[in-house]
Amino acid sequence: MLSIILQAAAGAGLAKLGGALGAALAAVGAGLGIGRIGGSAMEAIARQPEAAGDIRANMIVAAALIEGVALFAVIICLLAVVM
Amino acid sequence: MIRYFLCFLMLISLSAFMLIANENQSTTGNSSRQDEQEIAENHSIAEKEKFEPGVFIFDHIGNAHEWHIMTIGHSHVSIPLPVILYSKTKGFSLFMSGRFKHGHASYKGYKLELTGQNKGKIVDEAGNLPLDLSITKNVAALIFGIFLILWIFLTVAKAYKRNPLKPPSGLQSFIEPIIIFLRDEIARPSIGEKKYEKFMPYLLTVFFFIWINNMLGLIPIPPAGANLTGNISVTMVLALCTFVITSISGNHNYWKHIVNTPGVPVWLKIPIPLMPLVETIGVLTKPFVLMVRLFANITAGHIIVVGFLSLIYIFAEMSTGLAYGVSIISISFNIFMTFLELLVAFIQAFVFTFLSALYFGMATEEHH
Repeated sequence: MLSIILQAAAGAGLAKLGGALGAALAAVGAGLGIGRIGGSAMEAIARQPEAAGDIRANMIVAAALIEGVALFAVIICLLAVVM
Repeated sequence: MIRYFLCFLMLISLSAFMLIANENQSTTGNSSRQDEQEIAENHSIAEKEKFEPGVFIFDHIGNAHEWHIMTIGHSHVSIPLPVILYSKTKGFSLFMSGRFKHGHASYKGYKLELTGQNKGKIVDEAGNLPLDLSITKNVAALIFGIFLILWIFLTVAKAYKRNPLKPPSGLQSFIEPIIIFLRDEIARPSIGEKKYEKFMPYLLTVFFFIWINNMLGLIPIPPAGANLTGNISVTMVLALCTFVITSISGNHNYWKHIVNTPGVPVWLKIPIPLMPLVETIGVLTKPFVLMVRLFANITAGHIIVVGFLSLIYIFAEMSTGLAYGVSIISISFNIFMTFLELLVAFIQAFVFTFLSALYFGMATEEHH
């Protein structure tokens, strides 16, 4: 059974499989990370509504940093698929 | 105001130089589709050309020697751009890229490669790459962005110079809150009260350059609509500018932290300099990540939008009615994605500027 899967993979291109899986994992990682940031930002705003502006700005900065890393992984996967 | 102007001139001349000098590495052609269409024409009429989404997407986000607007049937509507080449044997050559007839004619011994390793680049008869200083699509978009930014800011600056005490009105009332936001939220907290003024011209320049070029990339009408900030040469120059300014303005404290970090045991530094090595890698990765973050965000946004559009073409090959149905979903999703891309345009400019200010602050920090 495994040999059939491996044959199919070798035929279709292992690089494309690896690229797609890598991009999906990067999306999962980014989703988890930014979800946590959003969650704590919501809790912090609930505790102290006057600080909502500061918290929002910091949340966006942290989310952009995490998204940068995730898109870094996506670019590498794109390179793996295309080259 | 001269300071702003000079900083901006430095930024764009550096980027223009690196863009055009890097053309040989970063040009992709719009040529494979035409190649396929030519082959399709040569084959029997019964064979219909297949839509290739990968090629479609890469043509839209890549660079080219002409500005392709649309394709009606088998003819291309595109604006030819100047080609400037220098080779050791032939010297300088200057002509319009229309001479290449989309890669099917050679001119003055040069031709546009359509396939293979040098796809999209100009090669001479021997297959070597000349020094390519052409005005490609990205360079033309860069020049348009430069004129737009200069026009906006010189207007605002002139209005202030004419009457410095008058409350802002018109274009000023749009630009001034943004500049104050950058000064009070980004520059002052990160760099400190005493030193932030030196870096303000660069921070303002880089913020507006990235933001305006990101937004121009979202408008599909030429001369906007080129994927400029999604070109890694451009983002590399921006990150290089930040790196150079950080290194130049680094004070004794900053370099001491890199070479001889205080508070770290001696055995991590003396036989094998592990700590300096780690710190140097940190110094080099910070601008590198700046470059990749901006490039990846903008290019990914463009790929998503063009990908959803190409979904319509893929379904059109199966049946026309299905294509109409898919087009409603695809276009509404594209509208949503474009709003998200507007937000990303601002956020990426903000994050680039904020991190640059942070690095400048770290470089000029006093010992505490």
